[in-house]
Amino acid sequence: MKFEYTISNLDFSTAGEASSNIKKVLKLLGIDSKIIRRASIAIYEAEINIAIHSYGGKIILYVQENSIKIIALDKGPGINNIDLAMKEGFSTATHEIREMGFGAGMGLPNIKKCSDEFSITSESGKYTRLEIAINI
Amino acid sequence: MNEIYFHSVTLRNDLCTGCTICMQNCPTLAIRVIDGKARIISEKCIDCGMCLKVCPYNAKTAITDSLIELQQFKYNIALPSLSFYAQFSQKYSKNAINLALQSLGFNEIIDVSYYAEVLSAYLKDLSLNDSIEKPIISTYCPAVTRLIQIRNPELIKNISRLESPMEVAAMHVRKKVIEEKNMSGNDIGIFLLSPCPAKITSIKNPIGIEKSSLNGALSIKEIFPKVLKKLFAQKNEKTEIQQSNLGDLWGRVGGQRDVSKIQKSIVVDGIDEVAKILDMIELGKLSNIDFIEAYSCVGGCVGGPLNVENPFIAKYRIDNRCNNSSPISNDEIRSNFKYENLCWNREILPSKIMELDTDIAIALKKMEEINAIFKILPGIDCGACGSPSCYALAEDIVQNRAKISDCIFKKLEGEESEN
Repeated sequence: MKFEYTISNLDFSTAGEASSNIKKVLKLLGIDSKIIRRASIAIYEAEINIAIHSYGGKIILYVQENSIKIIALDKGPGINNIDLAMKEGFSTATHEIREMGFGAGMGLPNIKKCSDEFSITSESGKYTRLEIAINI
Repeated sequence: MNEIYFHSVTLRNDLCTGCTICMQNCPTLAIRVIDGKARIISEKCIDCGMCLKVCPYNAKTAITDSLIELQQFKYNIALPSLSFYAQFSQKYSKNAINLALQSLGFNEIIDVSYYAEVLSAYLKDLSLNDSIEKPIISTYCPAVTRLIQIRNPELIKNISRLESPMEVAAMHVRKKVIEEKNMSGNDIGIFLLSPCPAKITSIKNPIGIEKSSLNGALSIKEIFPKVLKKLFAQKNEKTEIQQSNLGDLWGRVGGQRDVSKIQKSIVVDGIDEVAKILDMIELGKLSNIDFIEAYSCVGGCVGGPLNVENPFIAKYRIDNRCNNSSPISNDEIRSNFKYENLCWNREILPSKIMELDTDIAIALKKMEEINAIFKILPGIDCGACGSPSCYALAEDIVQNRAKISDCIFKKLEGEESEN
């Protein structure tokens, strides 16, 4: 089953909605609460990343009997150096974003921690595509 | 054990007009209007009392005990909840109010604030203990504990092991009376004067312990006028002014933090905001916080639906009464109470009632059906069908609790196409 959520750039009042909606869906499906927690953390961080760094994007969720797949796709500056971006504490967020309590450089490492499969592709100046899977 | 769900919150059929206001406001979507009456889905109800607050016809009510129950016991003890004294004008001292309660048939009145202060000291210990999962979530508001069971089961391990002040007080006092007065436990009746249905449910159907040490609960709303009448009759009787304990602050939001002095505390009131904070904890965003003091009611216990006074006035009075309170000495607390005796001991289990099915494959299929039905519904969440939203109706249809023609728009469409 597929679910799709649109994420706007710099809209912090709605950032987190996809995560909380998906959480409700997974709960209805009777998925183990530990897995729901991992999925919602990953989606929340992906959502915030899109809101902070991109010009907007979407989160797509596929739920199957034995796995949850999440794709976070955005249009934006992309990531120049993915290895660097994966380092805990590394962040390109602006001062203002950090002042708001975001952009601590923990997003991607956190997402990776929560997922069983993790891949990220990006083209500078164009897009970032994050794809993760969590086994049920 | 039989799965019987006792709930204090209940519906008065004769007063219910089927208006859907309670249904639209229920935080756990536990209400459906069926045949013109707002029924509560027992398993989903957390006894928060929101429906009592919003019902314009007073059709939602709380099952409570009455003073007649006191006749069952030889020795009756009142446990006024921590918002109780704040219902009365400040010209009445705690002692005067206690005398009035005595004349209503209670042999002894227990100051629950003492136990709240004891618990505050042990709460502070927990906050300093690195081996305990943080943030610790207070168990004081039973509606919040029930919300966690239903909505955020991953946070059950964050719930404080400490019992509520009323339960600790009842346990302690029962033991004391049995020893000192040489009585059998069955002769002693302990009654809470309760500001909310959630605490009443916790007596009849406790979480974390096998059996409550309390025998019942009277609603503040019901006993207040009776106490007031006795207070009027007291007139010139001189009563000694009894100091309030700091624990009285637990009667209002922020009290647990203020008495325990846990610096890294988040204090949150109102069930919607509580739910948001619980989600933030689940996301790992509040790992730097030691303690969460959360209340279903705005204002904390003074905001409970069974109080009589405006919550903000009651809050003011609590602060005033506690203005000159001096703390109980640490030695006294530590020598009279041990941590182990202040804890609940039965596992708190997650509630799975939100699930569509225990089998994920079937649940997925049901969700596909729900989404398909939801697409053809008008999406305006009018509630006329008796479900709180179009999505909830779609779910109810798939779960065989409703039918598509319950939707007034679909019904009209159907009739038009027939004509």
